[in-house]
Amino acid sequence: MKRVYVNEKWCLGCHLCEYYCAFANSGKSDMVKALKDRKIAPRIKIEERDNISFAVSCRHCEEPLCVKGCISGALTIQDGAVHIDPDRCVGCCTCILSCPYGALSHSEQGAVQKCELCQKNGAGEPMCVQGCPNKAIVYEER
Amino acid sequence: MKYLIIGNGTAAVGCIEGIRVVDKTSPITVVSAEPYPAYGRPLISYLLQGKTTEEKALRYRPADFYEAKGVTALLGRTVLRIDGKTAVLDDGTSLPFDRLCLATGSRPFVPPMEGLDRVERQTSFMTLDDAKRLRALLGGRKDQNVLIVGAGLIGLKCAEGILGLARSVTVIDLAPRILPNVLDEEPAAIIQRHMERQGVAFRLGESVRRFTENTAALQNSGETLAFDVLVVAVGVRPNTELAEAAGCKVERGVCTDSHSQTTVPGIYAAGDCALSHDITTGTDRILALLPNAYLQGETAGMNMAGGDRPFEKAVPMNASGFLGLHMVTAGSYDGEAWLSREGGNYKRLVTRDDRLVGFILIGDVERAGIYTSLIRERTPLSSIDFGLIREKPQLMAFSSTERAKKLGGAR
Repeated sequence: MKRVYVNEKWCLGCHLCEYYCAFANSGKSDMVKALKDRKIAPRIKIEERDNISFAVSCRHCEEPLCVKGCISGALTIQDGAVHIDPDRCVGCCTCILSCPYGALSHSEQGAVQKCELCQKNGAGEPMCVQGCPNKAIVYEER
Repeated sequence: MKYLIIGNGTAAVGCIEGIRVVDKTSPITVVSAEPYPAYGRPLISYLLQGKTTEEKALRYRPADFYEAKGVTALLGRTVLRIDGKTAVLDDGTSLPFDRLCLATGSRPFVPPMEGLDRVERQTSFMTLDDAKRLRALLGGRKDQNVLIVGAGLIGLKCAEGILGLARSVTVIDLAPRILPNVLDEEPAAIIQRHMERQGVAFRLGESVRRFTENTAALQNSGETLAFDVLVVAVGVRPNTELAEAAGCKVERGVCTDSHSQTTVPGIYAAGDCALSHDITTGTDRILALLPNAYLQGETAGMNMAGGDRPFEKAVPMNASGFLGLHMVTAGSYDGEAWLSREGGNYKRLVTRDDRLVGFILIGDVERAGIYTSLIRERTPLSSIDFGLIREKPQLMAFSSTERAKKLGGAR
């Protein structure tokens, strides 16, 4: 299965992946309208310190602890990708306590959110990958 | 191969899914006293709170789950006894099996309390039916005064769930603090204050001397509390009777090995009825927690089907929230403590012998799983940047080689 992989040597720390992620999941067709004057809550997040930076998003584990521990069944595996149904999520944070990568976070709506490889938002190839100017994030089979 | 699972909670679901990883076709039968398809038991407080619905709660797995997994679900039935490789049900049916998983869960523990049987309007808070009963007792007028006996997770989640449906909610516990099995004084006091500000009343270090139909006379203060509805949430006891009768070794719960097998070959146990080996204390204890139930059940299922899959990373962990304040905890608090109180958040990391063994986070819980994984994987703290990890959970604390494995797909 194709996944999002990160090569931290090429990461510029520009945070564009975060903006593209927020845009892709905003439901809006215009990036400026979607993001202007808003505090974004992206599903991919940059960690940075000194000269090192890299993006972190869901690894879509083959044996995801978040899915196994989900109390509501909101987290599921669909064709290898880990998805969340915000309608069934009660925001208990068990997945946040379980994920070794820290890849799930609270959404603005109260449920938990996570990278779903842009499979539900119509963006095609994950927008973080499309928007990365230096190919530090790639979408491929490994 | 014929599989039988007794119980239909999370451990049973894990068992079904575990079996089907290895064996796609052999018949599985599930017997459950509750008349519902599997549901996430911790959802019952969210149901009363209005954060989910019964329909959604019952979709812990898809509607066609049993059919799609080749499972015959006998709901509303109980197993009376196990004779060798046959289970006998309450309607007389005999179910032969080759591999059995006991996922029988636990039941409320009600200590003897004088006059308790005179209280008509009372319930425990373990099942969907308990939640429905409680909702019916509360009615729709927000005019009922509720007394909850027990300030553990069940009692407090109940308090949260019904605060908006009741006129008043008072929680009483013999322990001097709330969540006595999960927290110690300072973090417990933080959550207690938060809940008090939202309207929950507490009587701690206190017990009920005598009940009448609508009052509870307290032991220490001499106070008499009037109530309309009583919730008994003192504790739970594992359902181990079938295991014992089948010859399985039972201590405080059903004893299992790392493959979830009991001392009787072919009989497995998982979930709240079974002991786990807690790697943070080195002791065998019941970890009555949903993620652990799933992992034990899955382990049982895979091994019942002929796989060889140990589960050796059991860690106690709780993720919860009380009226908007998040709390996550994991592991043991026995060790050197690293405390921080910043911006209204409480954080305590506990280390022992170059390992993170436990933590408590209240308020900011983001990315807590990075801490949990350090406990689960017993990562030597000398191999990461502990200063950074103390500051916040972050992958920056790992070496770039380790990060390339985590994020870059390197092996």
